[in-house]
Amino acid sequence: MSGQFIIDHKPVPFEPGQTIMDAAMAAGIYIPHLCHNPEFHPHASCKLCTVKINGRPASACTTQAAEGAVVESETDELMDDRRILLKMLFVEGNHVCPACEKSGRCQLQAVAYYCNMLAPEFTHFYPQRDVDASHPDMVIDFNRCILCNLCVRASRDVDGKDVFAISGRGIGSHLIISSPSGRLGDSAFDAEDKAAQVCPVGAIMLKHQGYDVPIGQRLYDQEPVSVVGDVAKYVVKKHDQ
Amino acid sequence: MTKNNTDIEDLETAQDPAGLRRVEIEPVTRVEGHGKVTLLLDEDNQVKQARLHITEFRGFEKFIQGRPYWEMPVLVQRLCGICPVSHHLAAAKAVDQLVGVEQLTPTAEKVRRLMHLGQVLQSHALHFFHLSSPDLLFGYDDAVAHRNIIGVLADHPDLAKQGVLLRKYGQEVIRVTAGKRVHGNSAIPGGVNKAVSPEERDYLLGDIEQIIQWGQGALALAKKLIFQELEYNRNFALIDTNMLSICREDGALDLYHGGLRARTPDGTLIFDQVDYRNYGDYIHEQVKSWSYMKFPYLRSLGQSDGSYRVGPLARINNCDYIDTPLAEAARVEFRAFADGGLVQSTLAYHWARMVELLYCAEGIKRLLLDPDITGTELKVRGEMRNKGVGVIEAPRGTLFHHYEIDDDGLVTRANLIVSTTNNNRAMNQSIRQVAADYLNGRELTEPMLNQIEVAIRAYDPCLSCATHALGKMPLELELVDADGAVVDRIYKNGRGEVGEG
Repeated sequence: MSGQFIIDHKPVPFEPGQTIMDAAMAAGIYIPHLCHNPEFHPHASCKLCTVKINGRPASACTTQAAEGAVVESETDELMDDRRILLKMLFVEGNHVCPACEKSGRCQLQAVAYYCNMLAPEFTHFYPQRDVDASHPDMVIDFNRCILCNLCVRASRDVDGKDVFAISGRGIGSHLIISSPSGRLGDSAFDAEDKAAQVCPVGAIMLKHQGYDVPIGQRLYDQEPVSVVGDVAKYVVKKHDQ
Repeated sequence: MTKNNTDIEDLETAQDPAGLRRVEIEPVTRVEGHGKVTLLLDEDNQVKQARLHITEFRGFEKFIQGRPYWEMPVLVQRLCGICPVSHHLAAAKAVDQLVGVEQLTPTAEKVRRLMHLGQVLQSHALHFFHLSSPDLLFGYDDAVAHRNIIGVLADHPDLAKQGVLLRKYGQEVIRVTAGKRVHGNSAIPGGVNKAVSPEERDYLLGDIEQIIQWGQGALALAKKLIFQELEYNRNFALIDTNMLSICREDGALDLYHGGLRARTPDGTLIFDQVDYRNYGDYIHEQVKSWSYMKFPYLRSLGQSDGSYRVGPLARINNCDYIDTPLAEAARVEFRAFADGGLVQSTLAYHWARMVELLYCAEGIKRLLLDPDITGTELKVRGEMRNKGVGVIEAPRGTLFHHYEIDDDGLVTRANLIVSTTNNNRAMNQSIRQVAADYLNGRELTEPMLNQIEVAIRAYDPCLSCATHALGKMPLELELVDADGAVVDRIYKNGRGEVGEG
């Protein structure tokens, strides 16, 4: 039995079992997110999709939609929180947009623009992290990893390889590679893997290329992430079905 | 020797600095980047030491180590906001070699050439109109508040407007070819990521006749300003130096590609059509304790005789001809100025710069009318290699990018010899010449100090690009007593060894 709830004063229909994120995406309503990808089981780790449901904060990607719920998403308070989360992500790694080949099609950059994050605020950590280019076709730049866990999920759930995992705790959390040497080149990873396609930032990239798409024609050059991001793909997919 | 028989070589380091008065010009204005000049004077106002220092430190050569090679054209162009295209393309040419590409597709090469002509056009317009014309139009001793682009706008609004619009046109050429006016990304390993669309070509062609006409006007103005006080301008900061540039195989001016050519001060060829990938056999770099900027020299002539000049003056002196008619006529007239030798007048840089601006305008038109510019074959690939050297003639002179990568494709070593670095010794010699000719024995005034800056500006230095010697930087620390006498001294040399005394 389908139902309806409210996001920012707009009614949103839902099917049983849908999360608030699912139902919002299906209705073409964008809720900022980074670790969520509708193709994978939700993870609720980036906290960008935190909304208020009947006044209580919760992750939209894991909370089931409920009849008559009143959801706030784009309030000043929640957008302030999102900007702080984004600013923390930008200083925790080394995100050098001016030189990054993902610029213009990077979800982190696009969400930051959407949330009106105009400048870094916190002190940069400038962590010392490696670039692993040992694989013949792919490169991992750990400087840009935001620990979204999408490659972990894709490799485990779709590729059946378990190439990636998150190790460590708290601020010491980091992406590791399952191979005897810990290097990507010694792992079972392949450029055709789903895990090679899902990185929302410039951490897992094809080797020997970059900047192939001219400025002006990159995914987020013309329209914001709220229009051309996965919300658009989701709407198209539903429509095709 | 100068008018008053000072050997300017003696002015690099004062014999006895104790008790000398120190005068600083900081910052040097109307140049790109941050620099300062220090003068040491004795009690009779005789200049004993004059140095141009670059006070900022960049370190690109170091921090790009470990990065993937394909990032270089986009990453390293951030050295500069005035001529990023030159760094973008020099890096791209080096990266072409890394991916085993000797010859680009006609479309890729012509799009890159068009981008580069747009770059040189806009940079030259910026330099001549915005930065240097106030000195040339109003005189070095004009009131400070008026001696700037705002003063030019007030007194010569049409001229200032032409300068602004010439620069804008060059920026538009860059936007169309590189994707953005500043820091585009279209030069990729083995080619470009976009051609010029027919609409973009027609848009740029719409203004090109006006640009060529303004280019002729700018050239005429530069020449007129040189000739209006001919003897002063001919001898101002005059130094006799070797000249270095790349030239096309047939000796024509070429800003994008060619072999290295060097001439002695009297015009004799030192070498010609040298494959720039072997630049290390011909050019060495010296480090000095008092500057973050290295001092390159021609290896065959040694450190003291091997310094050279690069940039418009060197290029127009060096080439045999220019393959666009208006600029070629201007080149012939320029070379006649020296009666068969090389034009060595430092202020003639401005004249040569405007010859090149006209060449760029004519060259842009020629490329826009070339059908290849809208082609679809954009990229080629070959077998990977571990070393690539890209050299290009940036607005300010010959620019070297040298990268080495490991088998994974990560940069292990980089060496950048930036245009301004090539001119380091010449700029220092020029300011010493000015100091010796015009400052010696006189009470210093602001206009007199501005003459030092006028000499530096002639080179159009980009000081922010030019400092990279991380870890190799020699350093001297001196403890000086109240009378200026050195009490103690500790130093680190170019090999990182520390000593005392």
